[in-house]
Amino acid sequence: MINYFTSHFDTLRLEFWPLLVGGLASGFIYAMVAIGYTLVYGVLRLINFAHSEIFMSGGFASYFVIRAVIGTSQPSGLESILLIGLGVVSGGAAGALVAVLVERVAYRPLRRRKAPALAYLISAIGASYFLFNLAGKEFGRYLYAYPTIFVNHPVFTIFGAGVQMYYVVVAIAGVIMLITLDRVVAKSKLGRSVRAVAQDAETASLMGVNIDRTIVVTFLIGGALGGAAAFLYGITSGVIYTMGFTPALKAFTAAVLGGIGNIRGAVLGGLLLGVVESLSVAFVQGSYIDVAAFTVLVLVLLFRPTGILGERLGRSA
Amino acid sequence: MSRWWRRPSVVRLASSVSVMAAVELVTGPPGSNAAPMAGVSGSFAEKVSFFGLFASPRWSVFLVYALVLYGVWSLWLHRGRQIRNAASVVLARPRNIAQRGTIRWSAAVVLVVVAALLPHFVSDPFWQTAMVEQIAVYVLLALGLNVVVGFAGLLDLGFVAFYAVGAYATAWVTGALPLPPLFGVHLNPFFAIPIAIALAMLAGVLLGTPTLRLRGDYLAIVTLGFGEIIFLFANNLNGITGGSAGTGQIPHFSIHLASIKYVWGLAPVPYYYLTLAFVVLFVIAFSLLEHSRIGRAWTAIREDEVAAESLGINPLKFKVMAFAIGAASAGFAGVVTAAQTNFVNPSVFTLYFSINILVLVIFGGMGSISGAVLGAIVIQTVSMYLIHTPPAGYQPQDLYIYLGALLIVMMIFRPSGLLPSKRRRREIGLAEAGEGHMDEVLTGDTP
Repeated sequence: MINYFTSHFDTLRLEFWPLLVGGLASGFIYAMVAIGYTLVYGVLRLINFAHSEIFMSGGFASYFVIRAVIGTSQPSGLESILLIGLGVVSGGAAGALVAVLVERVAYRPLRRRKAPALAYLISAIGASYFLFNLAGKEFGRYLYAYPTIFVNHPVFTIFGAGVQMYYVVVAIAGVIMLITLDRVVAKSKLGRSVRAVAQDAETASLMGVNIDRTIVVTFLIGGALGGAAAFLYGITSGVIYTMGFTPALKAFTAAVLGGIGNIRGAVLGGLLLGVVESLSVAFVQGSYIDVAAFTVLVLVLLFRPTGILGERLGRSA
Repeated sequence: MSRWWRRPSVVRLASSVSVMAAVELVTGPPGSNAAPMAGVSGSFAEKVSFFGLFASPRWSVFLVYALVLYGVWSLWLHRGRQIRNAASVVLARPRNIAQRGTIRWSAAVVLVVVAALLPHFVSDPFWQTAMVEQIAVYVLLALGLNVVVGFAGLLDLGFVAFYAVGAYATAWVTGALPLPPLFGVHLNPFFAIPIAIALAMLAGVLLGTPTLRLRGDYLAIVTLGFGEIIFLFANNLNGITGGSAGTGQIPHFSIHLASIKYVWGLAPVPYYYLTLAFVVLFVIAFSLLEHSRIGRAWTAIREDEVAAESLGINPLKFKVMAFAIGAASAGFAGVVTAAQTNFVNPSVFTLYFSINILVLVIFGGMGSISGAVLGAIVIQTVSMYLIHTPPAGYQPQDLYIYLGALLIVMMIFRPSGLLPSKRRRREIGLAEAGEGHMDEVLTGDTP
């Protein structure tokens, strides 16, 4: 038993920095997906079960766009940067579109009827199930790898850990998008209406906030971030119709960990979960890593269901 | 506000076209990486019929369907009242009959007799097997999930876990697992029934005690994760479950009592009767339960948890009970499957399975036992028919698309299901009218 731990802590000690860097990179992706859960939860008090498929559709859209643009060329330098931008934008656009469609088809009819919450949950699960199986039918049920967009060599080293180009790309894209979002929610008129609806929908509507439009905007922002994150995720992991399930479950964990309904909490939770999960590689066998992330979820829900930073979208920004 | 795209007729036309576009995608031939939109562009069918309409590209055929839908929809809006009146005249009588107690009971008896005679009319071996493996077993599972989702109002997305526990318990007790059985004795599957049911109920208690404190939406996601974990364990614990290859050589049910010797073989009909007997048992048990003290406690918790708690009902205790009782029939379904197929394969125990069962319950009617049975029979028969005689371009996995769409459609148009439980229907109506507290726990703020 002691042997088990010393040997595993040795792995942890030797591999700490590389694992940390990798964990932060996947943490950015979780954070971007977690924002989608948190925003929708903030205004509707519901978990959007179809968010995993919004993520998936972003991955497929950016895959098809990038493949069409690249053709057989070997991009480098400025081309690579433009392609990354293109992937983020196309993924984000598809994610936003699907998110708005889901809201229109699976949520709004129920909202009109003031359906009980169980109905929303079931309808969202139906939407998720419909979308990912439809994608499997239309695009085939196998994994596609992206064509090479940039050369993934180590750019610099931290404490002996080579930081690869991919991590740099994810971190830069993630930081830009998350800061933009934070500013939009905190400063713009749009963000103000989102926060107002999150605090008190009825009063907000009396003050002239269009609730329907605000909800659509919320889905749109969350979907765009999720779709863009799917592009960053797909660069290394490829695209397949079931790709949304695991990252979305983890992103949900991240949202709960940071305090669901809280934007900065989602970012914190995402980064934390990414690192925890990455470091747990030293202790558990590869096929059980998802169990580690999930254990975090159950523990957080049981002992601190409001998360690290607490709930409430209205207050957070 | 009078923008042209907001006019009701335009919205109706656009909705008709998009609904038909969705149907076209869903029913079309499968696409691939190279041709992602094959479902839209292909031709409808080879044979020329209806003046060549069906030989034209699929999108044009579905455009015609969309126009038809638009026409019917508009007609319904303008002449809907007359249609509804006519329909209610036709339907009024049977609806009244179904509400009388004695008639309901005799209808149930007739149904059981019909079910018992059914194997004499069904000679196709495909359908005989399907009646056991895909319909009777799913009826059991739907009955179990109905206790959890329908009676107690808890959305469990990992129900497959209990089914898996039942199947693996059978394999274990009969000595088919790498894990040696208890005391090294290889038992007959009949003895596996109580053990499997007990283990499944235990799993329900173990899974429920920590998670059932959570709000409804959190519960859904946690149970979903547990379902996946069960699959991971079944798939990876090679020394215990046999890993991804599964485990075989589970014996059939058999009776060796003095001079009576009978072995259930590969033939599905004897298994059908065995399962039918247990279906009847579970239906009786669950309908007694529904109106017992426990059932009334579940209703109370479902409708208003805070009020129920203030009346001295311990919500956690009764929720855990619902999990354990629902798990019992799933565990038994696991025994039947394991013994009948002689084989346990972990690739079955996935989220797909749990959602499939959920669809049966939602379609039939949450909280209604007859609904759960009917839902399982109808949906499983349709899905088996699609496998037996697949239409052009149909792949077995396409069923999941339809099931997903069905969940949305049911929630929008008939949330209480095909054969609604009276109480549930009233609750949903009250919730929509803004009265009562049904499911408020799901959306309420955390304390």
